[in-house]
Amino acid sequence: MTVGVLALQGDFREHSAILRRLGTDPLEVRLPAQLATITHLIIPGGESTTIGRLLALYGMLEPLRARAGRDLAVWGTCAGAILLARTILDQKQGGQPSVGSMDITVRRNAYGSQLASFELPLDAPAFGAGPLPGIFIRAPQIEAVGQGVEVLARLPNGAIVAARQGQLLATTFHPELTADARVHRYFLSL
Amino acid sequence: MEKSTWTTRVGLAQMLKGGVIMDVVTPEQARIAEEAGAVAVMALERVPADIRAQGGVARMSDPALIVAIKAAVTIPVMAKARIGHFVEAQVIEALGIDYIDESEVLTPADEEHHINKHKFKIPFVCGCKNLGEGLRRIAEGAAMLRTKGEAGTGNVVEAVRHARAVFSAIRQLQSMDEDELFVYAKNIQAPYALVQQVAATGRLPVVNFAAGGIATPADAALMMQLGVDGVFVGSGIFKSGDPAKRARAIVEATTHYKDPEIIARVSKGLGEAMVGIEISKIPAEQLLAQRGW
Repeated sequence: MTVGVLALQGDFREHSAILRRLGTDPLEVRLPAQLATITHLIIPGGESTTIGRLLALYGMLEPLRARAGRDLAVWGTCAGAILLARTILDQKQGGQPSVGSMDITVRRNAYGSQLASFELPLDAPAFGAGPLPGIFIRAPQIEAVGQGVEVLARLPNGAIVAARQGQLLATTFHPELTADARVHRYFLSL
Repeated sequence: MEKSTWTTRVGLAQMLKGGVIMDVVTPEQARIAEEAGAVAVMALERVPADIRAQGGVARMSDPALIVAIKAAVTIPVMAKARIGHFVEAQVIEALGIDYIDESEVLTPADEEHHINKHKFKIPFVCGCKNLGEGLRRIAEGAAMLRTKGEAGTGNVVEAVRHARAVFSAIRQLQSMDEDELFVYAKNIQAPYALVQQVAATGRLPVVNFAAGGIATPADAALMMQLGVDGVFVGSGIFKSGDPAKRARAIVEATTHYKDPEIIARVSKGLGEAMVGIEISKIPAEQLLAQRGW
């Protein structure tokens, strides 16, 4: 198993730090050659328009689409979840590049401006017992999931915040900003 | 559910890391910035180069302009309030903007006090020239820092000076014992608890971008290699010959800051850079970085 963290933009260092704590030696992925060497990839939080643009520009969208969910496990947090989604609502004007491998519909910035960012402990037994810290920053929301997609966590109002389809994992919150490594451990088991 | 917590305020800055925040003065420029890969835009009436050229009192931008820019893009929008002008900050918060820059680029409204940023839900970014100034801003509630540089000059020398000052102080702190830390905190006029935290972790408690004078892809990569988390580009983009192309190049150079071949490629044929100003030619009272205390 070789784990990579997409390091084009965003909070990739926080992901790497947790992965190192779990005993892996993550590779920062910025170019297609690095992508080719890994079995697991985390797409971090950041700006989905920025990361998507750089993925397209540096020729990484095609290899990602070809491998994601087949011989590459991919976990997207926040912006990463947007980039994984087959359907993106509230895209920037003119649309935005994305990987689009996971059968989910995601609305960008679904809760409002930064002032509506929030914290809420989540009930998510799939990741282990006890509440999971949920940090939502200008967060997207998973509005629909296809067949074959398992919902792993919801807000009390029913909004989907974590889902899995085979080797693809999407969370709209940021486990990498917490000391809780349960979601990282879960991802490494995929 | 707890909204706009310290974690989410600091956290948004974490999400901007490795990115470029661009000054824009119209919704059209904001669209160009978003298209080029900016992680956020700073909504302004005038870029610092024009504020410098035109003189007079520089204030918060027209709320109508800030709102129009916010409506034009899907990325976060920041707006500037004058140092100490907490009502301008209240207005920007009421507009539902994502971040406030309490900025020395505008004319200070208070020559003693900065805004008490703990009283706000909206996060603030503040400028600093050195570690003491940065930690004072954090004590007042800043959720993000930027080294000041000298805005509107197209000259990166002050940005380098301020980034080096911050990072070399952090390195010095790590070699001090507790007795020395007490004195150091006193000397740099920073709260002891924050000084202790920086000494223990070897890093600032919040994200720190570079600002003020960045005009080329190589400038952006230089600041990243010095250790900042990302860059603000003010006048450098929309005062240049081909803003869209330069904006794209600076975004790529910020991501691939350790890769000179990529920086070389994206630096080719960018057209005219903004006209730079030598710092020694600026009268002392017009140096923006000296504002703030």
